Amino acid sequence: MSTSGKGPVGVEFVDLHRHFGTVRGLDGLSLAIEPGELVCLLGPSGCGKTTALRIVAGLDHPTSGEVLVGGKDVTGVPTNKRDMGMVFQAYSLFPHLSAADNVAFGLKLRGLGARERRKRAYEMLELVGLSVHADRYPHQLSGGQQQRVALARALAFQPSVLLLDEPLSALDAKVRVQLRDEIRRVQLEVGTTTLFVTHDQEEALAISDRVGVMNAGRLEQLAAPAELYSSPASQFVAEFVGLTNRVPAQARDGRAIVLGDQEVPALAGSVAGDGLALIRPEAIAVEPDEQGTATVTQLSFRGPITQVHCELGGSELLVQMASAEAQQLTLGGRVRLVIAPAPVLVVPA
Amino acid sequence: MKAWLRWLILALFAIYFFGPLLSMLDFSTKKNGGGRTGAAWKALVTDEQVRHAIVQSLLLCVATVVLMLVLLVPTMVWVRLRLPRLRRLIEFLCLLPLTIPALVIVVGINGVYAWVNYFFGYSPLVLTFAYVVLVLPYSYRALDASLSSIDVTTLAEAARSLGAGWFTVIVRVVAPNLGAGILSAAFISVALVLGEFTFASLLNYQTLPVVIDLFGKSDSHVSVAASLGTIVFASLLLLLLSFAGRRSRGPKGV
Ligand SMILES: Nc1ncnc2c1ncn2[C@@H]1O[C@H](COP(=O)(O)OP(=O)(O)OP(=O)(O)O)[C@@H](O)[C@H]1O
Ligand SMILES: [Mg+2]
Repeated sequence: MSTSGKGPVGVEFVDLHRHFGTVRGLDGLSLAIEPGELVCLLGPSGCGKTTALRIVAGLDHPTSGEVLVGGKDVTGVPTNKRDMGMVFQAYSLFPHLSAADNVAFGLKLRGLGARERRKRAYEMLELVGLSVHADRYPHQLSGGQQQRVALARALAFQPSVLLLDEPLSALDAKVRVQLRDEIRRVQLEVGTTTLFVTHDQEEALAISDRVGVMNAGRLEQLAAPAELYSSPASQFVAEFVGLTNRVPAQARDGRAIVLGDQEVPALAGSVAGDGLALIRPEAIAVEPDEQGTATVTQLSFRGPITQVHCELGGSELLVQMASAEAQQLTLGGRVRLVIAPAPVLVVPA
Repeated sequence: MKAWLRWLILALFAIYFFGPLLSMLDFSTKKNGGGRTGAAWKALVTDEQVRHAIVQSLLLCVATVVLMLVLLVPTMVWVRLRLPRLRRLIEFLCLLPLTIPALVIVVGINGVYAWVNYFFGYSPLVLTFAYVVLVLPYSYRALDASLSSIDVTTLAEAARSLGAGWFTVIVRVVAPNLGAGILSAAFISVALVLGEFTFASLLNYQTLPVVIDLFGKSDSHVSVAASLGTIVFASLLLLLLSFAGRRSRGPKGV
């Protein structure tokens, strides 16, 4: 199944500002989503993710700036003419309609005949694995099932853009993981350009083609998940995505010296001179060594990996390593820390 | 609590509620010389004046309910979705009739009704306009409660994103989910209209309560029969509506 005829379109935010009185919900957001791509907007609470999404949907209007869909400015187009499917954080199925009728709602508005609607509604429910519950009412469905129906409803009329605002945040952890993978599978299948808003970084990294990290109404970085993780463009991104250690460092000529004598490449955007290197917990290796300068202060077992806390010169470092390797460590034992030669970001101390 | 005490309280309440009703039934079927007769009840349909009043009052109920819903539902939904700042004002306006005695309103609108009669003809049905104002506070409360129980904003936004215009949002998405509120607003309006006396009497319209009062002076058997009839009718309606309210989630076609 693909978006018939129309083909996927790109979406572009051009210097969006949205002011609520003195609060700057969006403060110059620019971002381009490629046709057929799934982009997650990720950021802390209140950074403007929902505001951005609502502006794309036409449910809110920018103070200045514009939204381009397929190269055309849609700023003045009302929501019901924008041709965008939307899945909300709150349960939004129409309580008086069955699952199938909910899915068929958008088709009915587009004048499709009853038989055609029914057929298409079943196809969509099939796609989200719920065709057996087609005749159930929303109050007879679980939260996860309701969100699946909502997804089917949003895609049934083959919208040019799919928008999701934290669709999984009301669900429990296990369902959340299942459903996010399902959303990604369905999205790849229909090929609709998709904007997904979340504050859950794991979710964003798992399903996106690219992740846009937002902070205070602006975009910090837009990059593929792996790149975002390995080459954060700013301190905010490095610290928001994944865990980091701050280790004193001297940077010069694209190199950084950390832990006295270890040299690693420094990322673009690093400061020169004295600073703090932001180092991922898994980029540090811990080796038992009687002459080592660090001490193991805590070992916490997390299944396949173990988190090791080490104390070094008065500061605490977090290390993640395979549990099998961590077995040779003892609490209070002396260890040596070795930094992997992956590039690090050095920020002002 | 002891069982006998519970039964005693129940019995006292039963006597309190049903005593007067049974007395009314007794009185309305009593023959003047002794014995029983259904003459008073028969008069409800055979007496031209009573029958006319009953029909007019029922029509008034329907007209009031329809006009009230047509005015109130879209307004309240619209205010909630688009003009939340006006909500307090609308609430204040809707509750206002509650604070003004009916008598005062009647005196005030007496002059207006000269014009109403001029434009719409002389029929008790023109009372609809006054009655809509009268039932406003109660219907507002009922509708407001049921609007608060659903997430109107999200439902409306979902419908809009699916391509629905505002009319479709209100008629096909919000209204069907206000079932309980619409029913209770309708019921309370019917009950009020069936019992309203001040407006009708002072504005000189022959509605059922006015005619009941009239007969109270000439043939009190008929008047009591009509009163009891009204009470029974309203109670049946209440039962029916609460039954329908519970089943209002029935399936609807695609
Ligand atoms: N209607 C509004 N009136 C006033 N301020 C608003 C309004 N909507 C959003 N804001 C403000 O704009 C900023 C961005 O809000 P937004 O809802 O977009 O955040 P978010 O990133 O979606 O956060 P969350 O993860 O908590 O959902 C916040 O500071 C918020 O307080
Ligand atoms: Mg939000």
